[in-house]
Amino acid sequence: MSTPEPEKNEAADAAKSATAAPKPQPDRPPRDWGVIIRNVFTAENGAMVTFLAIVLALVVGALMIVLSSTDTMNKLGYFFASPGDFLSSAWNDISSAYSSLFKGAIFDPATISGTPEQFFGPISNTLEYATPLIFGGLAISVAFRAGMFNIGGQGQLIVGAIFASYVGFSWTALPGVLHMIVAVLAGIIGGMLYGGIVGWLKAKRGAHEVIVTIMLNYVALLFLGGWLLNTSVFHNPAAAGQAISKPAAPSAVLPHLFGDQLFTDIGLLFAIAATFAVAWFFKRSKLGFEVRAVGLRPSAARTAGINVSRVQIASMLISGALMGLIGVTQTLGLANPNNNSLSPNIDAGLGFSAITVALLGRTKPWGVVGASLLFGALQAGGALMQTQAQVSIEIITVIQALIVIFVAAPQLVKEIFHLRAHKIDTGKGGDEVTPTVDPFHTTETINVAGGEE
Amino acid sequence: MSTASTATGNAPATNVAAVATDTRSKMISGVVMAVIGALALWGFGLSSRVSNDAHTLFGLKYDPSQTSGLSPISASAQPVALALTSLAILCGLVRAFVPISKKVQLWLDGVYFASLVVAFLVWAAAGSSVGLNVPSIIVLTAAGAVPLILGSLSGLMCERSGVVNIAIEGQFLFGAFAAVITASSTGSLWAGAIAGCLGGALMCALLAVFANRYLIEQVVLGVVLNLLASGVTGFLYDRVMSTNGGTYNQATGFSAIKIPGLSSIPIIGELFNQNIIFYLAYILVPVMWFLLFRTRWGLRTRAVGEHPTAADTVGIKVIGLRYRNVITAGLLSGLGGVWLTLGLASAFGKDMSSGKGYIALAALIVGRWSPIGAFGAAILFGFATELQVALSSLNTPIPGAYLAMAPYLVTVFVVAAMGGLTRPPAASGKPYIKG
Repeated sequence: MSTPEPEKNEAADAAKSATAAPKPQPDRPPRDWGVIIRNVFTAENGAMVTFLAIVLALVVGALMIVLSSTDTMNKLGYFFASPGDFLSSAWNDISSAYSSLFKGAIFDPATISGTPEQFFGPISNTLEYATPLIFGGLAISVAFRAGMFNIGGQGQLIVGAIFASYVGFSWTALPGVLHMIVAVLAGIIGGMLYGGIVGWLKAKRGAHEVIVTIMLNYVALLFLGGWLLNTSVFHNPAAAGQAISKPAAPSAVLPHLFGDQLFTDIGLLFAIAATFAVAWFFKRSKLGFEVRAVGLRPSAARTAGINVSRVQIASMLISGALMGLIGVTQTLGLANPNNNSLSPNIDAGLGFSAITVALLGRTKPWGVVGASLLFGALQAGGALMQTQAQVSIEIITVIQALIVIFVAAPQLVKEIFHLRAHKIDTGKGGDEVTPTVDPFHTTETINVAGGEE
Repeated sequence: MSTASTATGNAPATNVAAVATDTRSKMISGVVMAVIGALALWGFGLSSRVSNDAHTLFGLKYDPSQTSGLSPISASAQPVALALTSLAILCGLVRAFVPISKKVQLWLDGVYFASLVVAFLVWAAAGSSVGLNVPSIIVLTAAGAVPLILGSLSGLMCERSGVVNIAIEGQFLFGAFAAVITASSTGSLWAGAIAGCLGGALMCALLAVFANRYLIEQVVLGVVLNLLASGVTGFLYDRVMSTNGGTYNQATGFSAIKIPGLSSIPIIGELFNQNIIFYLAYILVPVMWFLLFRTRWGLRTRAVGEHPTAADTVGIKVIGLRYRNVITAGLLSGLGGVWLTLGLASAFGKDMSSGKGYIALAALIVGRWSPIGAFGAAILFGFATELQVALSSLNTPIPGAYLAMAPYLVTVFVVAAMGGLTRPPAASGKPYIKG
């Protein structure tokens, strides 16, 4: 794979511009309101499919809530004697769960007359939960656009968290803000290194990134939980018997963004900055262009003189760095429940949630932000739902997975809602079709443990 | 693949380059092996643990309190460790500098690995009055490998027919959950086992439908299905099992069946005193090999996984066969889930498969998509994960976490070392669209 790149700048540029030349846009057909309205209800309409997917997932979630409620299911036993009992009980289950979901995620009508802190509380929770998802979604997107599937978010964010935490509790000599900045940078570097290993193994040794990342996830997890937190360097002597690290110094902790009462830290600003950066990266930067070229067709990119290995390593470095930022917000942010210290479950499954976010956002930076807000809202609402309606927060994972599956299978949504026909792009169109980014059906780039592309 | 046409254009040049890279990588990996061997020599052979004429005890009775049976073997630790690590260095050097055939190379790797492992054991147990209980390690390894074998056979069946099954973890979870809840509420272990298998098959049916009909990218799909399984089982656990553990989540299990005669063999006798799922897993390995390489079904399956268009041309129903195979494979991974609960007589817990599905996948890849290879890798990984149990009483300076990491690191190492040499079934992961 590491073939030496011949010097052929002109040829490369020419070939590059050939790949880069945008396909001439067909003239827009004249506007026809009938067509426009009809198009809203076809399966081609991404927004419509996404909306219906969310509805479907919530319906399935509601079914699960009812089916798992022993009280309601007992009433089903005498359904024909008194159907009202069952129906009202089932309605009770669903409405109490979903209304507390809403109250926890968006706003609680009861707080309209309350203080602004109470009113904006749920929204700020949503933003806090969305922050790591934005980093993760962007991380998956960058790797995905380069034709790689980074399932290693768990590992990368753990390593990032370890680095950030170490700087956070040990380099206390650094003054104020500088301490925080160095801790954040340490987290980024940690994730970057761990992601870079994957990129290097992929580019230089042909090792498939899916396998390598899965394995490295467990290596990082065992390293942290099984060993590191029990060492004298990391272990908090005040918490004997618990696998927990020393808490980060207050100077390294990310400050509140909207005042002390609201649960959002400045990690959100980092996330927005990262989104702008990634959007710029894809649209304007040379490396970003190369990343997209490699992702669409590695062979063509190589022919065009792009150093595929370099691009793969670079995109995994960036992806890992973004995952490292999750580690930062998980340890130094307000989301940390243990006084900003490191614990074995620091990852909170975010490396995997990030995949669903990236898929729902179709690996586009601002799409990722939208998806993160949705899933962040579900997480924030789920927490309240768990305490208020006694519905386990695990239902949120189910709903998220279902949303992604439904969005990935627009055909299924179409069949359920009888939308107009939609032909699935199989990616088999061959060379005459301009390849497009479709995270769900990239059958050419992903091939488990297949060495050579 | 899209590169196929471009690759044939400059085939001779690529071949020469490939041979050159091959020799170079053979030399590099040989040298790396020798260096690791030297490190082992220093770490195991020359450490204070084995010096001062320390001896290593190898117990040969499964139950040490029994009076009859073989008495333990005692070996002088330092000379043995030195000899074994020197052998390992020799293997590495031979591999690096002597031109040898692939077959010899494979044997050499085996000897290298075995000598390092035994050297490590000798070092770890040196000076201990209890020593290593060899039969117990064998049984732990064999039991630890059971879910890995079942999972990797499931993955094998799927990938050989052209569908990537990365959702083995989810199938384990769903199988384990279905098995426990059914066995506890009906009181019948067999009903539980069947429900567990069907639970795995249900998860695989989802995989098959979304991969073949809705053409979702299969690795992505697998990851999402794992999340779904974790969410569904976790949710139902919280809602149903955590409050009513007695009714829905009992720790019951199959009892051991003693095979007369075989179970009284010294050292390995305990292997023949296990439950039905254990035996089934080990019987399935040769059965799968036979089915895959000696039957009409196997030929068709492999054809569908390698070149579906050609298979379709000769009249094989590609999609139908894929559906059937993937769902049948779900029975196997579901059985793996049954092992985790009913096989080990433990109750269900959230995310209880704890990565075993992914290790099974790794075993499949390290075993290069063959039943026998996957079996070997599963045993190896079972050994690595269970060894920490055996070593926990010995106060080794190496923490258990590092031993637990071993299967994952071995997989990364193997995938990196083999790189382009490993080849999954050609059509694995690619949906087939007729026409």
